[in-house]
Amino acid sequence: MKSQQAPLVVYFSSISENTHKFIQKTRVESLRLPLLTKDEPPVVDRPFVLCIPSYGRPNGAGSVPPQAVKFLNVEQNRAHLVGVIGAGNTNFGDLYCVAADKVAAKCQVPVLYRFELMGTAEDVHKVNEGLEEFWIQNSLY
Amino acid sequence: MMSEKVKLVDHVEAINWNRIQDEKDLEVWDRLTSNFWLPEKVPLSNDVPSWKTLTDEEKQLTMRVFTGLTLLDTIQGTVGAVSLLPDATTAHEEAVYTNIAFMESVHAKSYSSIFSTLASTREIDEVFRWATENPHLQKKAQIVMSYYQGDDPLKKKVASTLLESFLFYSGFYLPMYWASRAKLTNTADLIRLIIRDEAVHGYYIGYKYQRGLEQETPERQQELKDYTFDLLYELYENEVQYTHYLYDSVGLSEDVKKFLHYNANKALMNLGYEAMFPASVTNVSPAILSALSPNADENHDFFSGSGSSYVIGKAVNTEDEDWDF
Repeated sequence: MKSQQAPLVVYFSSISENTHKFIQKTRVESLRLPLLTKDEPPVVDRPFVLCIPSYGRPNGAGSVPPQAVKFLNVEQNRAHLVGVIGAGNTNFGDLYCVAADKVAAKCQVPVLYRFELMGTAEDVHKVNEGLEEFWIQNSLY
Repeated sequence: MMSEKVKLVDHVEAINWNRIQDEKDLEVWDRLTSNFWLPEKVPLSNDVPSWKTLTDEEKQLTMRVFTGLTLLDTIQGTVGAVSLLPDATTAHEEAVYTNIAFMESVHAKSYSSIFSTLASTREIDEVFRWATENPHLQKKAQIVMSYYQGDDPLKKKVASTLLESFLFYSGFYLPMYWASRAKLTNTADLIRLIIRDEAVHGYYIGYKYQRGLEQETPERQQELKDYTFDLLYELYENEVQYTHYLYDSVGLSEDVKKFLHYNANKALMNLGYEAMFPASVTNVSPAILSALSPNADENHDFFSGSGSSYVIGKAVNTEDEDWDF
């Protein structure tokens, strides 16, 4: 059972489900963004972290999933964004988790963590602990 | 050369890219075509002065590593990716495999560009002869080839993903190592392009494996999982021997093995399975990781670094166009 007080992570995962599998392994409260860009994004009313994979094209163009852009274009959602977690693959070199970097720079929040593909047990542990610590430090509960 | 008769796709309809059954096909096609490159674009000749600073032993190691990689790319280009074609479930999947096969041939040719830039014809001929005689390299090739010639579509995808996401890495280690010491940096740039491509290949073939696996019975799913881990162990044991053979003399074997573990985990994840090697044996030296990706070391993570002074900022205005960078 995930308590109502658990840190909230809003995430996008494509049909390959890597990011989804990672989130399922953590003990956070989670909300998945719609797969289709035409669907309306949710509106969030409490602090959350955004977790997104990167679509690494050359030079990082178009790397932020459009569903995440649509979600962040809602002002109330942006107001509650406190950090970003990136999913990716180090094989993409300096574009590893570039979408998380872009959102963090644009919205002036930190990149809290990066993991590859569906994440390892160590990644799950670090994100669980890290988010709970972060929620306490910033009085987000 | 292949002696067996190649199985061809037995029915073809005109491919319609405006009717997509699996959106991953189009997404990956776009990704692969926008990543297209040729070795002629990389200024390899700038590495000649650096090459001259290597000892004879280091030069021989480097050429052997690249010849081993050439063999794998040749297998994947002429047999591996092609063997997946008859099993494709959409015309677009077939098209993606033809792209993968072609790029593997580009990769194979790239190593020859490196050789012709850095070495003499005699040295090149010598190392190709070495490749035909090295038992570990030949065993690696023979194991993978035997699965490609089998008739189980999902097992072929497992073998292909393990090749793309695991078997290359005993070789990829060395150019990352040289780059971390500011040697052969243009060669490393070229290898990074190959590494980027292999990530997309492993991701896509692993994804198609998972889609196929969903259609199978629980018994068959278990059989395929067991098969995957058995094949990984078989390949892993051979990789460890190959690693010791190549790297013992330069004292790098232990770190290369960590790199193998790290990438074996990623290969398993591409196939939808949990990582197998614990963090204590995947901690590759930070210099290698940052040669691979400058953001990969943990100092770039807020949780791992000293980020306690963070103050939540103000939300900026955003428009769709703002994100188009």
